[in-house]
Amino acid sequence: MGAPPAKLVARDIVVEYWLPRSEQLFTAVDGVTLEIESGEFVAIVGPSGCGKTTFLNAVDGLIPIAGGSLTLDGAEIHGPGRDRAMVFQQPGLLPWRTVLGNVMFGVEAQGTMSKADALRLAKLQIEVVGLEGFEDAYPLELSGGMQQRVNLARALLTDPEMLLLDEPFAALDAQTREMMQLELLRIWNRDRKTALFITHDIKEAIYLADRVIVFTKRPGRVKHSIEIEIPRPRGLRVKRDPKFVAYEDEIWDSIQEEIAVKPERLLAGMPG
Amino acid sequence: MSIKEIDRLLPETRGETTRTRDRRSVVRPKRWRRYEALLVGTISVTAFLAAWQGVAVANQSAKWMPALFLPSPTDTADAFVKLFTDPRQNIWADLGTSGFEFATGYIAASVFGLALGIGMGWYTRFQYALDPFVNFLYATPRIVLIPLFIIWFGIDWQSKVAVIFLGALFPMIINTMAGVRNTDAALLRVARSFGAPEMLVFRRVVLPGAVPFILTGLRLGVGHALTGVVVAELVAARHGIGKLISDFGVTFQTPKMFAAVIFIAGTGVLLTWALQRIENRFQTWRPQFKS
Repeated sequence: MGAPPAKLVARDIVVEYWLPRSEQLFTAVDGVTLEIESGEFVAIVGPSGCGKTTFLNAVDGLIPIAGGSLTLDGAEIHGPGRDRAMVFQQPGLLPWRTVLGNVMFGVEAQGTMSKADALRLAKLQIEVVGLEGFEDAYPLELSGGMQQRVNLARALLTDPEMLLLDEPFAALDAQTREMMQLELLRIWNRDRKTALFITHDIKEAIYLADRVIVFTKRPGRVKHSIEIEIPRPRGLRVKRDPKFVAYEDEIWDSIQEEIAVKPERLLAGMPG
Repeated sequence: MSIKEIDRLLPETRGETTRTRDRRSVVRPKRWRRYEALLVGTISVTAFLAAWQGVAVANQSAKWMPALFLPSPTDTADAFVKLFTDPRQNIWADLGTSGFEFATGYIAASVFGLALGIGMGWYTRFQYALDPFVNFLYATPRIVLIPLFIIWFGIDWQSKVAVIFLGALFPMIINTMAGVRNTDAALLRVARSFGAPEMLVFRRVVLPGAVPFILTGLRLGVGHALTGVVVAELVAARHGIGKLISDFGVTFQTPKMFAAVIFIAGTGVLLTWALQRIENRFQTWRPQFKS
């Protein structure tokens, strides 16, 4: 036999929303076809509003697909499941729970782990994400970067087959974002889980991923798929490597084609 | 956070004496500042009482108007002591009656208010069904129903409990419902993403988030319930603190009337304060509540 079957297989995915205000059907994603290999880190970039987050939500099972087929390890995705865990853009931490309580919330919701195991493993996971000493802190006492570490630890503790990350560093300041990218790679490198990372930051996508997928503007479709052949482990300096910059140009050009607006349309859209 | 508070958190510089630190922190807080609210409040209340005493005493000697129009604070304090020590007064029977009515109505309102509020917050259709009634009754001053309750339940405790119940019920329903409704959508999404069953979402996400709202409802309910007790007893009753005030009023015993009014106000303040303390206890995760 040839290559082993891919981990995630998406065929002609269509996602539609009903807009109650305008009473219209809105097609957010129209015919996305892609495969993600086991252990692969894939990043999706695209112009804002291109449906990349919608696609991720469909993979997580938070929203139903209107067409196509979506399988993980050969099993159809119907709703949220134990084999996937999401790291959200907004940390979504329970403000009345400590760091430890929040890290445990994912496995608690899944109901798959005894409390003693959850407690023991959560403490280890907190160390992995570099939050030792903050177990008893409340989310409101943490910085944005630390909150996202909790968000990540909560997902990792459920030991998913696939990690889904929805622009987790978008709301952080530039320095913290770079540090978190480095940290994410360090943590990911421990067990190299299959990961799907959504971002609008081209550099971030190249830096993190084995492969960057560019979406077209709405309705989203796969436009381009680029293998990033930069050896791991990658330090932050890799971002100034000529090869890195060449990838950046290639992806930026591809996105720019999507967002290019003709001058007359710009004028037409101006308020009179 | 004010500059003062930030300054207090600044680290001590090594080798720096207290004096240089004092000079550096231009706005170092004076110790008495911590008691400023208490101090100013006490001064204003004392000034008010002194003025009241002055006017009342002057009136008693100059006879501008009958003395019973305005008993002095000391008269009121005397009456207050007599209220509790005079064996003929039997205040404990009245307090017992009012306390029983209050407790029964308030507890019943808490149970129903929380249950209905949670139900209406969690199940939209249930809210649609009950909204007309809640809006209608909440907009009505519930005391207009006293005559009806007297017809239905007589002038004993049952009609009072009904008034108290209806008075305290609505703030509890409305606040509890708002608390449940107010659940952060991002938290619900996280819970759903991890496949949390509905009961777990409710117990671990929705209910803890609603606790501050629920406690606010319970606190507002105290005021409404106390109003209910007194007003219902003023209208028609055999015993109770409201009945007492009514009796003192029609027999021109104004010092005792003042004393009873102050007693009710004190009860309200005390209960509200206790519930506020409980509310604060549930907010330790908010940084501003940590000291």
